[in-house]
Amino acid sequence: METSVVPDIANVVEKWKDKKGNLIMILHEIQNQYGYVPREISFQLSKLLDVPLARIYEVLTFYNYFKLKPPGKYTVSVCMGTACYLKGAPELLEELHHILGIKEGETTKDGMFQLEIVRCLGCCGLAPVVKIGNKIYGGLKRSDIVNLLSQYSKEGAPVAQPV
Amino acid sequence: MEKTVFIKDTDGGTKDRTREFYTEFINQLRERKLEDKIQVVRVADVGVYNQGVVMRLLPDNFLYGQLEMANIPALIDESVVPGKRIDHLTCHHISKQMKIVLRNCGVIDPEDIEDYIAHDGYQALAKVLTEYTPEKVIEEMKASGLRGRGGAGYPTWLKWKFTREVKSDEKYVICNGDEGDPGAYMDRSVLEGDPHTVIEGMVIAAYVVGATQGYFYIRAEYPLAVDRIQKAIAQAYDYGLLGKNILGSSFSLDVDVRLGAGAFVCGEETALLASVEGKRGYPHPRPPYPAVKGLWNHPTVINNVETLANISSIMLKGGKWFSGIGTETSKGTKVFAVTGKVKNSGLVEVPMGTTLREIVFDIGGGVLNDKKIKAVQTGGPSGGVIPEDFHNIPVGYENLQKLGSIMGSGGMIVMDETDCMVDIAKFYLRFCVDESCGKCAPCRIGGTQLLNILEKISEGTAHLDDLKKMRKISFAMQKASLCGLGQTASNPVLSTMSFFEEEYKTHVVDKKCPSRRCSRLFSYSIIQEKCVKCGACYRNCPVNAISGSRESGYKISENACIRCNRCFEVCKFNAIDRG
Repeated sequence: METSVVPDIANVVEKWKDKKGNLIMILHEIQNQYGYVPREISFQLSKLLDVPLARIYEVLTFYNYFKLKPPGKYTVSVCMGTACYLKGAPELLEELHHILGIKEGETTKDGMFQLEIVRCLGCCGLAPVVKIGNKIYGGLKRSDIVNLLSQYSKEGAPVAQPV
Repeated sequence: MEKTVFIKDTDGGTKDRTREFYTEFINQLRERKLEDKIQVVRVADVGVYNQGVVMRLLPDNFLYGQLEMANIPALIDESVVPGKRIDHLTCHHISKQMKIVLRNCGVIDPEDIEDYIAHDGYQALAKVLTEYTPEKVIEEMKASGLRGRGGAGYPTWLKWKFTREVKSDEKYVICNGDEGDPGAYMDRSVLEGDPHTVIEGMVIAAYVVGATQGYFYIRAEYPLAVDRIQKAIAQAYDYGLLGKNILGSSFSLDVDVRLGAGAFVCGEETALLASVEGKRGYPHPRPPYPAVKGLWNHPTVINNVETLANISSIMLKGGKWFSGIGTETSKGTKVFAVTGKVKNSGLVEVPMGTTLREIVFDIGGGVLNDKKIKAVQTGGPSGGVIPEDFHNIPVGYENLQKLGSIMGSGGMIVMDETDCMVDIAKFYLRFCVDESCGKCAPCRIGGTQLLNILEKISEGTAHLDDLKKMRKISFAMQKASLCGLGQTASNPVLSTMSFFEEEYKTHVVDKKCPSRRCSRLFSYSIIQEKCVKCGACYRNCPVNAISGSRESGYKISENACIRCNRCFEVCKFNAIDRG
């Protein structure tokens, strides 16, 4: 995700201004461009939409999907849906804690990986599932994690074949 | 591409021959220069099992089973090319599945409206707009007996009738695609695989209730579903199936997409309304029901994705046809996401009234690694577990409710003997505690307290009194919570407690976990008589909790052990005891 690209907030606002209940959709567009919702943007939004900043933050903090901090280069999402849980997702998470040295919601010091727990990725047939960036890896074992991560950290780009 | 060939080795045994067969098939096509005309796909599921290598040919819809490599030339020359059936290879496996909702998934190109129209798409809408009054549609829906597929099972016709009867110049129809239940993904599959059928269902619903604006509320976690539905909406506008004067009638409807943002409570209809309005997803008490005061205080009908996907078939084939499928009170089919410890995990669509055993064993292929089945969980975090003794009951709304579970959106998770019921209850409850919006006290406080007690049980510090306390808190939550999330959050706890009371007592009284899941309740030791002193456990222990040598043998230090189970896994001589 390139954070240097400055999105045209005015355009986003213009597109949604006349539609009712637009706030969540606008925040989605902003997060899509930045990877998170920066505080300065919220300030500008507040002015452009003429809604109090508190209203914006009320929504941002309620929903898990919105992030207030810049994400790591790769977001590692461990699925903790029921099927994945039963098939060993907690072990995968433990291994990730161990290797990355971070807890969920945190980013590694080098900014490479951010660890997240997600509810259900809707690929229960492939359980247990881990998502790195936009790629989904299924049927994982604890011992697969090291290789998977090293492919990302070495190359700085994904080379592993997703399932 | 003129034809599509699906290939899958359905034996699921020692060696998967899918790839081999696939490669040979493509080679033979190349020899015949047919590779641009016939698409070959390796699929994860063809709907039949234990029939050897299976091939399905579309659009002819021939199904062949027990195939060998030697059959490939005949298959191509005598069946694929001329479009004829080869009788002696035809697979006569009778599937217990019946596809209404999923009829087009994987069959049509979801990004091409023409393909949907070629499969009788939008014919139901044309019929409704030209021949049916809204009352007539409601009559058909009543005759069909279709009930909401989102969980509660409220009759769809009644919902529509109430919304229709309220006088208002603005009405809304919303498709609930906020599938937050972990372990269920049928809505995602329908939105991704057959988006137009959901749109068609929505337009019919809007016509009946008199709505002028429709919204698809879809989880942002499903980007492909969002993308497909957006494309489908744009195509429907181009074809005059949405917008002003649909199909030349006086009926108009605009449709838009709204994204969820990761809040389970937003599947609850009043919370969903708040979220569509761009606010925090807080539920509010009912009544007033959304049919009276919904989106921006206007009458609103909210239907689940799967419910809407049933509508076009009902309109084309009639309510009577639909009500002929299923049981006395639960009509039609239901899509289940069968996952967990099952051999063939995936989506299945069966007539209501099919038994759990048929779903898990005949369709699902039985329990993974042939272990013993312990229970099936239905209804996600709002449902309960059903132990083996009850797997012969026909699936339906009432039957599942009687067993303390619910139909829910259709997640069906198979659990084997290694799954601990306390751990399962804890898993679901933690989910609800995390997702509780915090507005009402019974859910916010009750959930946390229940979870604390469950933690105590799994650590071996609970007393028998705690079990009583848990029942009390659960009861209070059911009665006093504001919305469905809190009212049902304790279901997994109550249902595991009622069916597996002994297991709870073993945890509390004997401080043991029979399934070896609650790591504080067992420890690892080496059975010296069985140990051959190979040192595998010693080398693999991540925390050096195993000491000794090849001469003197090994032992595990209980204090240093983190119960990761690695030694148990690597020991080839079953010399590690977990007790």
